Amino acid sequence: MAEKIRITTPFTEEASRKLKAGDSVLITGTIYSARDAAHKVMTEALARGEKLPIDWNNQMVYYLGPTPAKPGDPIGSCGPTTSGRMDAYTPTMLAQGIKGMIGKGSRKPEVVEAMKKYGVTYFAAVGGAAALIAKSVKKYEVIAYPELGPEALAALTVVDFPAIVVIDSEGNNFYEIGQKPYRRL
Amino acid sequence: MRTVKTEEITSAVAQMCKEAAYYLPKDVYEALKKGRETEESPVGRDVLDQIIRNAEIARAEDRPICQDTGMAIIFVEVGQEVHIEGGLLEDAINAGVAKGYTEGYLRKSVVAEPLFNRKNTQDNTPAIIYTSLVAGDKIKIQLAPKGFGSENKSGLEMLVPADGVEGVKAAVLRIIQHADCNPCPPMVVGVGVGGTMDRAAYLSKRALLRPTNVRNEHPQYAKLEEDLLTLINKTGIGPQLGGTTSALAVNVEWGPTHIAGLPVAVTICCHAMRHAERVL
Repeated sequence: MAEKIRITTPFTEEASRKLKAGDSVLITGTIYSARDAAHKVMTEALARGEKLPIDWNNQMVYYLGPTPAKPGDPIGSCGPTTSGRMDAYTPTMLAQGIKGMIGKGSRKPEVVEAMKKYGVTYFAAVGGAAALIAKSVKKYEVIAYPELGPEALAALTVVDFPAIVVIDSEGNNFYEIGQKPYRRL
Repeated sequence: MRTVKTEEITSAVAQMCKEAAYYLPKDVYEALKKGRETEESPVGRDVLDQIIRNAEIARAEDRPICQDTGMAIIFVEVGQEVHIEGGLLEDAINAGVAKGYTEGYLRKSVVAEPLFNRKNTQDNTPAIIYTSLVAGDKIKIQLAPKGFGSENKSGLEMLVPADGVEGVKAAVLRIIQHADCNPCPPMVVGVGVGGTMDRAAYLSKRALLRPTNVRNEHPQYAKLEEDLLTLINKTGIGPQLGGTTSALAVNVEWGPTHIAGLPVAVTICCHAMRHAERVL
């Protein structure tokens, strides 16, 4: 594989727009985990005109619900969950300034349109590589919605978190590019 | 009559929940290694390397292979000459699930009610339990924890007899192509053919209990399994980012059906095809 690109958070639109579908990256800094229930709560809060628990501008969201940490560990197993389930909430969340999303699987066209508008990059981590990914997480801290358990909004301190750009800010899709040479039906 | 105490059942189930979450079965690990050797896509090979390494770390360090430690699907065969002492079988199994998921630092992923409230039960109960009565004086418990990234992509089609073998292949392929890169491929695919709508779905789940390297004992169904695997590996889906290893195996189970029907159900499992088994 080609050389990996190191990126850090906060993650700006300028940094996001430089990445191309198929790029391998290593992410270092703070990323924020949220999945189905946290997305529902956050978008409902926005609809009521309330402020969110964190400022999402130039941040990265990781679609994750980890296993509980064993004593002495910062986090349990922590691979990506299916991003598509968050599609209904994503355009609203991207309007909050999120510049990077980490998950796995395909996204709806309206998400890709919002990504192009705001200059957002969508990364995939390897689905089911949860024990391996845990090695790059140094700290896990619940920021809000602790009642949601594994679905709480949390901050993760990561060092060289491995991911690949699957949809870039121009809408190029590596899932399509990667499959095409091997589709033989 | 032989007596089995409910505490034995609870303790076995608790242990199995942990085992299944941490230790990828050998046949699945070998299938991943074989896939790594034959995978044509360089990116696909890199993904398979990470998946194999992940399984090795999980086994060596007693860590969940995946953060989605699943809903506990349990198939239990109770010998008609067994007397269960100490309470109800289902309560004993659920107590084991709660114990295993709590002690094992596994994720609690079950909500009590699906639509309006969705409150987490906090101990991963209840399990989905299929009980059958069999001959003998033993209890056989098989656990297959099921993650929902792949479960959400499963599907079912009610075909008609005229659709035949080609119709079945086309239906399975439609479901797989609709699932695409989402269910954490390389997949293990369980197919249920025949019965009723619900029976076909049950058969597709039960098909996943069979090791990936054992083909159906009926030669025509064994060939169907091989043909389906070849087809699925031509979709280009590959190990998540494209390639030739879209599935590790296809297991088909079949059952008697109505003269008017040909139900086909597909349960998709991710590469973490977890499984544990005990006989009490």
